[in-house]
Amino acid sequence: MNGYVRNTTYRALEDHDPVAAIVVAGTRIMCDFSGCAFLPDSDTMIVSDLHLEKGSSHARHGRMLPPYDTRTTLARLASRIAYWQPQTVISLGDSFHDRFAHERIAGHDLEVLSSLMAGRQWVWISGNHDPVPPEGLGGDVAAELHLGPLIFRHEPSAKDARGEIAGHLHPAAKVATRAKTVRRPCFATDGERLILPSFGAYTGGLNIRDRAFAGLFVESRLSALVLGSNRVFHISARNLVA
Amino acid sequence: MKNEPDLFSATTAHPARLPEPFIEWFARNGRQPRAHQLDLLARVQSGKSCLLIAPTGAGKTLAGFLPSLTALALRGQRRPGTRKRGIHTLYISPLKALAVDIQRNLMKPVDEMGLPVRLETRTGDTPQHRRQRQKLDPPDILLTTPEQLALLIASKDAAQFFEDLENVVLDELHSLVTSKRGHLLSLGLARLHRLRPDLKAIGLSATVSDPLELCRWLRPQVDGSSDAAELIEVQCGAKPEITILESSERVPWSGHSARYSMPEIYEAIKRHQTTLLFVNTRSQAELLFQELWRINEDTLPIALHHGSLDVGQRRKVEQAMSENRLRAVVATSTLDLGIDWGDVDLVVHVGAPKGASRLAQRIGRSNHRMDEPSRAILVPANRFEVLECQAALDANYLGAQDTPPIMEGALDVLAQHVLGCAVGAPFHADDLYREVTTALPYSKLDRQTFDRIVEFVSTGGYALRTYEQYAKIRQAADGSWRITHPRFAQQYRLNAGTIIEAPMLEIRLTRKKGAGANQRGGLRLGKIEEGFLESLSPDDTFIFAGRTVRFEGIRENVCFVTDAEGTDPRVPAYAGGKFPLSTYLAGQVRHMLASPGEWHKLPEQVREWLELQKHASQLPAEGDLLVETFPKGSRYYMICYPFDGRLVHQTLGMLLSRRMERAKARALGFVATDYALCIWGLRDFGRMFENGELPLAQLFDEDMLGDDLETWLDESFLLKRTFRNCATIAGLIEKRHPGKEKTGRQMTVSSDLIYDVLRSHEPDHILLQATRQEAAHGQLDIRRLGDMLARIKGHIVHRKLDRISPLAVPVMLEIGRESIHGDAQEVLLAEAADELMGEMMHEFGEQTR
Repeated sequence: MNGYVRNTTYRALEDHDPVAAIVVAGTRIMCDFSGCAFLPDSDTMIVSDLHLEKGSSHARHGRMLPPYDTRTTLARLASRIAYWQPQTVISLGDSFHDRFAHERIAGHDLEVLSSLMAGRQWVWISGNHDPVPPEGLGGDVAAELHLGPLIFRHEPSAKDARGEIAGHLHPAAKVATRAKTVRRPCFATDGERLILPSFGAYTGGLNIRDRAFAGLFVESRLSALVLGSNRVFHISARNLVA
Repeated sequence: MKNEPDLFSATTAHPARLPEPFIEWFARNGRQPRAHQLDLLARVQSGKSCLLIAPTGAGKTLAGFLPSLTALALRGQRRPGTRKRGIHTLYISPLKALAVDIQRNLMKPVDEMGLPVRLETRTGDTPQHRRQRQKLDPPDILLTTPEQLALLIASKDAAQFFEDLENVVLDELHSLVTSKRGHLLSLGLARLHRLRPDLKAIGLSATVSDPLELCRWLRPQVDGSSDAAELIEVQCGAKPEITILESSERVPWSGHSARYSMPEIYEAIKRHQTTLLFVNTRSQAELLFQELWRINEDTLPIALHHGSLDVGQRRKVEQAMSENRLRAVVATSTLDLGIDWGDVDLVVHVGAPKGASRLAQRIGRSNHRMDEPSRAILVPANRFEVLECQAALDANYLGAQDTPPIMEGALDVLAQHVLGCAVGAPFHADDLYREVTTALPYSKLDRQTFDRIVEFVSTGGYALRTYEQYAKIRQAADGSWRITHPRFAQQYRLNAGTIIEAPMLEIRLTRKKGAGANQRGGLRLGKIEEGFLESLSPDDTFIFAGRTVRFEGIRENVCFVTDAEGTDPRVPAYAGGKFPLSTYLAGQVRHMLASPGEWHKLPEQVREWLELQKHASQLPAEGDLLVETFPKGSRYYMICYPFDGRLVHQTLGMLLSRRMERAKARALGFVATDYALCIWGLRDFGRMFENGELPLAQLFDEDMLGDDLETWLDESFLLKRTFRNCATIAGLIEKRHPGKEKTGRQMTVSSDLIYDVLRSHEPDHILLQATRQEAAHGQLDIRRLGDMLARIKGHIVHRKLDRISPLAVPVMLEIGRESIHGDAQEVLLAEAADELMGEMMHEFGEQTR
């Protein structure tokens, strides 16, 4: 059994930015190590698949997961909002794990969410888990949103690749390295389309080599922006395995 | 022991009552009942519970069943019109195969005597309709496993099903009690004792280090009493003849394949009728099997048997063994337990046995006639294993035992049991607490912890009480706990049991290659860990079920492969199966190193190696810890030799490197083996030790078991793995059921995510407590690490060398060989990413700048 000592090996990593810059359909996008993205030109932060109240949804079926996922997700969201200070936040769907999530969410968590929304524009894109976002929460609701060359929707579409920013699939990369493969959530892009990783505390990932991603990207230009513990790793398609 | 009939001088007050048909049957077969068989019979007939400790081949099984068979013979058949009777005897074994085997062996006396006894098995493989029938019309003797007992207890008609139960026979008890399955079984037994206060428990066991503990395990421990079953111990017959393979080949420095010894092993197989070859892991089994067939010029029938192979294939091997059609079988622990598969006249143990008792049990497999000596050859795979084999051989000669003690009952298992009880019938917490604490592993459980477990089962037991409305079990007006919905009963049944396997995929052999291969059909070869397959790409070749196969692809839960000629195939690494060196053997190895007078027992090349070490560095005195430091390349190395097993060294390595990091020693990494620990880094450790910058005594101080340990534990991937097991057993997350999970990974909640959230919000949660407790005893072996640090205090000997020492070679060869986890993954990702930086700049360069 081998082990590596934390800080020493980290030293090589410390100098890196927690963000990777990419260009999608001609627009600059900053990919944040937490899994959210920021559009400097329009001062907009994008986040996808929060799946708030996923824990309590499982509890309804007898799996008593720790009831702290919503506050964990919101705390992380709060820290990134504090960092980017966006004018606009777009939540790309599946923000709530099911349509009764607002009945279960704790009052305290709801207050945190409201305070995050206050003073900025907030757009709830509808997802398959939450076709209708909770009433009275505020924010705009839309199935799709156009912003310059970009189009924001929950589920990636078969056509219309250019400028599409989507979520839904929870992309994860399995990276071939010198020693073994490493699996992590990631952004996936070919410069035309961008799919965001899921942001929720209890959300898992689906390998971008899965057939669900078939036809979404031009293989020769595909790359994954893999989430590390404090930075983003830009990995090219040939290092991504099934 | 002796074979004369001893009907009237048995050691108990009452002589055994052996009915006429039995006396005739023994006579007809030219045999007489053995003294211990009659002794056990007499004691059970007088209402006592018993533990029978006897070597394989002593007629243990028949002894265990004689009380039931005789009682059933005397009871006679049920008269028509009278009520149906529940089961009379429950037999529980750790292996499904064992239940099947016992049925086969018991049917012989039952048929020959024409006894009115119905014997049936009930395992995970038993079809649903037969299980139903068994409930409606129970057999006299039911042969089953601990998991099935748990399910029977969790059924509504449990009380009725067990209302006529007289005896429970627990086979291979020594191997069951030390695991979580044993904890589950102890809780099941506590329930049986409560349902049937006069129940006689009969334990069958190989030799253990603490028989009294096992005797107590069999009886309810009421209010701190130490009630114990009576002990019958049968001594081994002839001493086994064990030798260490004297090879003319060079014994390698490291590794586990023992490839050098193949021609000599093959010759040994040729000289014997049937040889059993034991290895420690499934990978070793595959390798050994391949190597033997490579040189099998006489095409001797040599077979392979391990737990990942398809059941059908395994049964074929077992059948061929029992009919003496095989010359050799390469096996892992699946054949470890007392299954009787024919006339084995030689046991070859490839690799070090890791424990004296384990060796004794494995050797017991050969030559089932007790009066003839067993024959065994030990084949060390590397030089340290030569020492270990010699220590095991000496221990065997002395009859030393090093079976582990029974641990305190695990809380995740208790949680599962509590839900199971509620599924069966409403329970009152007071009653269940009283019942549970009669089980030896849970006899020290305090009421508060018990109540927290009940809360956990009900709502998850979180400080934030938001799940009350979804409670799985809830207190009714009369104070009893009941399940709130039948679907929780179903959930319980699907998840019962304590064996958590890594997710497995079925392997099928097809002819079609490439994309066309991913079709239905194909020959089933067995199952393999998902993790291994994830590391493969199409066209990679690997060894499985004794074949070299090419990986074609995965479709749903099936991995398709084709036959391949493959050069350099990979060998699957299986989770688990690696036993750490026992404390006893470790002590013996240290003793041997410190006693040149005993080296004459060792092969010459090993002796030379130790002599070289004496000159180049030194050999540690028995109580000392030798620490060597030397430079090599651009790095500095520190190697210590505690001989305390891989797990302890791994924990020690993590803790020491943290401290060295704090002392700015710039440690980079470490590697641990069963014998030694090696840490490397950028500064001259040796000088730091000598000039007082980092005193060795301080580095190895016991206080590392305080804060350092706590901090490291919480970040450790080992703890996450333990948590996954605990959470699954406790019912927090569901077991993965192959074939039923088509939804994909993004739908399941990963236990790592749950762990992170729970740890940051409720670090004292009962499940995290259970996890830490288990890790401390199990994977991290913290108690043993503590013992070691105490032992070496004031006995650390430092040698600052100019170059690597002979003793250091084996551990140095392990560097970079094994898999890595956790933080190191980030480094690997950085490497994979960095190589790409140039391209990135090129591709997006213009726009991003």
